[in-house]
Amino acid sequence: MRYEVKLKLTYAYDAPSDHARNLLRLVPCDISGVQLVRSRLLQFDPPPSERHDSRDFFGNVLTSVAWHRPLAEIGVMLTAQIDRDAASASFDLSGPLTGLADEIAQQRDLGPANPHHFLGASRRAGPDPAMTDFARAQVQPGMTTYQVITAIGRALFGEMRFDAAATDVDTPAAEAFSNRHGVCQDFTHIMISCLRGIGVPAGYVSGFLRTYPPPGQPRLEGADAMHAWVRAWAGVDMGWVEFDPTNNQPAGEDYITVGYGRDYDDVPPLRGAMRGAGGQQSAQAVDVLALE
Amino acid sequence: MEQANRQIDRHPLLARYRPAPGVSDELFDRSGAMRPVWQPFVETFLQLSPEEIAQRFERGDQYLRDAGVYYRRYSNDPLTEREWPLSHIPVILHETEWDRICDGLAQRADLLESVMADLYGPARLVSDGHLPPELIAGNQHWLRPMVGVPPRGGHYLHFLAFEIGRSPDGSWFVLGDRAQAPSGSGFALENRMATGRIFPESFPRDYIHKLAAFFGDFRTALEDLAAQGHEGTRRAAILTPGPANDSYYEHTYIARYLGLPLLEGEDLLVENGQAMVRTIEGPKPLGALWRRMDAGFADPLEFRPESHIGTPGLMEAVRLGNLAMANALGAGVLETRALMAFLPKISRVLTGQPLAMSNIATWWCGSASEREHVRKNAASMMIGPAMAVDLPFDLDATTALGGEFRAPAQDSIAQWLEGEGAQLVGQEAVTLSTTPAWRDTPEGGAVQPCPMTVRVFAGRTADGWHFMKGGYARIGPEGDTTALSMQRGGAVADVWIVSDRPVPPITLASPPGAEFRREKTGILPARAADNLFWLGRYIERCEDAIRLIRAYHLRLAATGSANDPRLERMAEFLKSSGVDVTDPIPEALIARLDAAQFCASKVRDRFSTDGWLALKDLAKTARQMTQTARAGDDTARAMGVLLRKITGFTGLVHENMYRFAGWRFLSIGRALERADAMAALLIQFTDEDAPEGSLDLAVEVGDSVITHQRRYRVRTNRDTVVDLLVLDADNPRAIIFMINGLRAILDELPKAQVDGRPGPILRALMPLRTDLSVAEPSEITIKYLSELRGRLYQVSNLIADQYLR
Repeated sequence: MRYEVKLKLTYAYDAPSDHARNLLRLVPCDISGVQLVRSRLLQFDPPPSERHDSRDFFGNVLTSVAWHRPLAEIGVMLTAQIDRDAASASFDLSGPLTGLADEIAQQRDLGPANPHHFLGASRRAGPDPAMTDFARAQVQPGMTTYQVITAIGRALFGEMRFDAAATDVDTPAAEAFSNRHGVCQDFTHIMISCLRGIGVPAGYVSGFLRTYPPPGQPRLEGADAMHAWVRAWAGVDMGWVEFDPTNNQPAGEDYITVGYGRDYDDVPPLRGAMRGAGGQQSAQAVDVLALE
Repeated sequence: MEQANRQIDRHPLLARYRPAPGVSDELFDRSGAMRPVWQPFVETFLQLSPEEIAQRFERGDQYLRDAGVYYRRYSNDPLTEREWPLSHIPVILHETEWDRICDGLAQRADLLESVMADLYGPARLVSDGHLPPELIAGNQHWLRPMVGVPPRGGHYLHFLAFEIGRSPDGSWFVLGDRAQAPSGSGFALENRMATGRIFPESFPRDYIHKLAAFFGDFRTALEDLAAQGHEGTRRAAILTPGPANDSYYEHTYIARYLGLPLLEGEDLLVENGQAMVRTIEGPKPLGALWRRMDAGFADPLEFRPESHIGTPGLMEAVRLGNLAMANALGAGVLETRALMAFLPKISRVLTGQPLAMSNIATWWCGSASEREHVRKNAASMMIGPAMAVDLPFDLDATTALGGEFRAPAQDSIAQWLEGEGAQLVGQEAVTLSTTPAWRDTPEGGAVQPCPMTVRVFAGRTADGWHFMKGGYARIGPEGDTTALSMQRGGAVADVWIVSDRPVPPITLASPPGAEFRREKTGILPARAADNLFWLGRYIERCEDAIRLIRAYHLRLAATGSANDPRLERMAEFLKSSGVDVTDPIPEALIARLDAAQFCASKVRDRFSTDGWLALKDLAKTARQMTQTARAGDDTARAMGVLLRKITGFTGLVHENMYRFAGWRFLSIGRALERADAMAALLIQFTDEDAPEGSLDLAVEVGDSVITHQRRYRVRTNRDTVVDLLVLDADNPRAIIFMINGLRAILDELPKAQVDGRPGPILRALMPLRTDLSVAEPSEITIKYLSELRGRLYQVSNLIADQYLR
């Protein structure tokens, strides 16, 4: 499937400041066998005084921009065309969960895909007694790792209520879990914590999701949002698999990946610092158009 | 020799010095004979009477108090400063032994550099199985943004410290490596200064190696690291987390000692990948930072987003190779306790050599056989978090010692090890050597054996690692020689490295053979200028309030009632600036003194110690007075005391402070505040419906009573008062005097003129001055004064815009 993604972020500042610097992880990149980026354009309004593009540890596209002058407002515009491969029928190649620890132990390197990065506590997600208990309750004897991952994702979908107003970007996963509500970021952090609690390496994926208008209604422009889902390691043979607990499905053809990390803190779309700034207001508009 | 030893041995001060069996002692060898390296010192010391000893110790303590040395520890109030716990008797080691220690540690420093280069490079130690991946991948001090980023200048590590101890067999071992932001070297210098006051005798003093050369060499190395082909344009500086940090005093001390700028995160900005200092002259490029801030806080964009003390973009400057860090960001990973378990093997793998000095025996419980070993030997181990970066004796509640949990615990140790093995590490509960320390006991003071560790400092220079010939010893309480005893605080001591021959004196102030060179006074960061500006303002604001409060209470004492119209007007005037005179020592006055002290604390490296102590004393006295002062005469007298103290402080500053740019900002703040306060006072006390006696009051608060009598020889009237307090260019309290002073100072500041014409600040100030110099007293109306205040406010804003941001 070919997509065009359009995104616009705007930030308005109460008090103009003399120096602003932002770090962005917004641009999708090629992932062998999954997605191919045909074109991408990231622009800023006003144009920044400096810009550096690089890759971070996990391979995500990192764009650093700064303005050396007072700013009242910043606009960020992304336009990208991406070919997303159709998900191949996924055969469960994973072994039993009980053998996973040995498979992890054999992964002796520090490369970005090594499961060791995704096992312990990171800043926003990690083993937590309540979530670990919940995860354990989903595990039946003899289950494969992939089955466990899916079972936990499905159980969370059944247990949690999607509520866009109940949490914010800083709500801890444990709190969202105990209230059983949240948005995709909360669902994702909770599922990561559940998996790590039972020894399954799990990380955070940020990206875009194709949405479908209700039957008989037109698409609303700009009504989409950035999305987040889970990536978990199902052993040497199956490797990394992706599951979206917010929508209760494996992340397939409708999903476009922007960044991989241990949790949200590794892949925030924009992290900014402003000198002497007061409050700010932000707005986000996202369109994911299927071109064919 | 034997005979001499016996005599010393029987000396009452040493009579109870009995090292525990099975422990090394620094003073006596195994056979009970005094080590030769101690003898000259001990002979001198034992000749002192108890009174002399007390006097000398007091001299050392007084030096530390005068120098303002303090530390902070385990305090909820970040501004609590504690007296420095000097153990007055130094630790003494012979240079031959010291050289051997340093050789061993130089090998270790090189090894740590190789480990660092591997962990942030190819990570072969992990892929080849010499380090478990979870120890690095799960380590919060292993900073992913640093992976694949080569350090500017080629090295990751530039300044290291090693905590070492001596085992019962007499050999030295490493308890911990300090690589993140090693502290203690500045405190070592202060300990040396204090010990010099206690033992000023040229013998053994001339035989002790000096510390200055080490610092001089390291400063040169830092400056070279900063320059790297940009000679003269890329500076080195020290980066501090700020006054709330427990070793901030040391940061200010080292900055002053080395003549390096002391910067906080907000002093820096990054432009086009280049780190710059914000100075009053605009941004100036930096090439190297001696980092005393933990890396996680250094850049909120790439590390901890909640950090308010970092600099956005600093990591980018490092990534682009424009900024060297001593030490590199991410060096904290080397402090990981579990690493100690693997270093002996890694040494053989990377260098083919075993460690010359062993480290504390350590077992990582992530592997089954080591876990089993720790379980079996739990009774002689400290078991704690594998990823901890504190020293082994800094145990917390999550630790087990000698087979017992430190806190009401969980399951059994065996279950704990089985459940959380990879998160745990077992370390031998080591025994330390003892060294003499003075203890006051009911039977009188005496020397007793107390456990110690020594911190050794290494700096990288062009020709390899240089070690401080001296160190920072920590002394534990007597009677317990396990490493754990060090946790209970205890004291610190100087370390003397003694030669057989006199050591030539070296000081940093005059390197041997160096030509006389007047150093540039250096850069003034905008934030430091801002703090000095506000210090000037707050001090003046305090003085102003003190004079008003005094005048109020003098009249209150005379009239006996607060219902007098003049008193009511004064109370109202004070109230308008937040001062409530119903309290004899108003809270607002204390708050202003605190604000002044806070500003001063942010620029301590630019400030004389005497000035700092005078300010502290002022705030302390005022605070004490809140407990005792009663309205009327008593408070008037108290204000007199504060007034003398505050003028003592301003005198110290204005008489003794070098006329560098920083002094100018202090003076600007003071002049602006004083001019504004005078205008405000006159608005209130010279208007038509001001009560009888208001004019006299204005003259009194303006500290100009005698001048008025001499100049006008008439009773006060509005014209004489306005003439004296606004228009008289010879009266240091007059507004025009302040404006003239401002003009002279502003002329000296960088970019005061733009293209040969006055810049915006001078353009705003000069008409003010012209107007006042031709005005008649009758023209200085209340409206005129109000407008004057507005114009001063505008000048203040222009100064802030140009220099203080």
